[in-house]
Amino acid sequence: MKQKHLVIVSAVFLLLAFAAAALLYQNRKSDAAAQAYQRDKSTFVRAHSPVLGNPAAKVDVVEFFDPACETCKEFSPFVKKLMAAHPDKIRLYARYAPFHQGSDQVVKMLEAAKRQGKFWETLDAVFAAQSSWAAHHRPQPELVWNYIGGVGLDIARIRQDMASPEIEKIIQQDLADAKTLNVKATPEFFVNGKPMPSFGYDQLKRLVDEAVAAAY
Amino acid sequence: MNSPAGAQNSNWALVFACWLLACVSTLGSLFFSEVMGYPPCVLCWYQRICMYPLVLILPIGLFPFDRKVVRYAAPLSLLGALIAVFHLLLVAGYIPESIKPCVQGVPCSDVQIEWFGFVTIPLLSGLSFMLITALLLVAHRRSSE
Repeated sequence: MKQKHLVIVSAVFLLLAFAAAALLYQNRKSDAAAQAYQRDKSTFVRAHSPVLGNPAAKVDVVEFFDPACETCKEFSPFVKKLMAAHPDKIRLYARYAPFHQGSDQVVKMLEAAKRQGKFWETLDAVFAAQSSWAAHHRPQPELVWNYIGGVGLDIARIRQDMASPEIEKIIQQDLADAKTLNVKATPEFFVNGKPMPSFGYDQLKRLVDEAVAAAY
Repeated sequence: MNSPAGAQNSNWALVFACWLLACVSTLGSLFFSEVMGYPPCVLCWYQRICMYPLVLILPIGLFPFDRKVVRYAAPLSLLGALIAVFHLLLVAGYIPESIKPCVQGVPCSDVQIEWFGFVTIPLLSGLSFMLITALLLVAHRRSSE
């Protein structure tokens, strides 16, 4: 009987030690990420990155997204709600991670729309029609044209700008940064440099709430 | 010198120690891959295949104590030790590039952790397998005497 207890106590002790070590490690890593972000933001945010919100906000939410990614679309209103809950305290940066075949074409459209000052409006239109042009994870970029008519873009100029090498360079830069930051799936969020401990709305909300509480 | 019950108790303790080692190694490897996010290479997976079953097989031999447990566990720990030695030789460069068994994913010659300048993951694995094998052999010797 004593031996049985010894084994059970050991098993429980080892599992608890594992859980405690995992928690400690996550916290340390998250703090280190935040410090690295304060020192150098360049891999997280580039000069070309579209930004939404108060330019003087102290909380940066960096989102790597793919226009064809359903979960990105579902997170979009949620992120806007978070920003509305903390007015003028959050800046949202969009980074491209076109992991789906063909969605880089849509990113080029968005980047061309940015030149006309209509990035976020176009993104909303693209997300709203996502189920029509990217059903079953098979994006058909040429269909997107049918859904961005209402944004008020100069379509001829979009088509022209999409071919520009600068836009290709921006996509390559974002993909390289995604690799450096170990972004393997979209959407991936960094709140003042901290990644979500695990994926989910609540985890993102908690990160944002903590960052706002720390900064204001 | 030992009473039969005393000998059985010390053999039980040896197998229990093996189980503890297997548990620590299993949780440690899961910590590296799941918490720290290091992807395991092919040779690491082969070593895991030898280590993880020990966590379940050894306690079955502990209740009630079955001295034959050594016969079921030792092949796993011995094979694990051999793979770990191969892995160590590969990392150290004694085994040439051409017969590296892993071509996809993480190269097995990658050193992801180096504590105190010499403690690597395959070294920890090799030590653990060898210690488990040694303890099992001692238990086997004693029980067959």
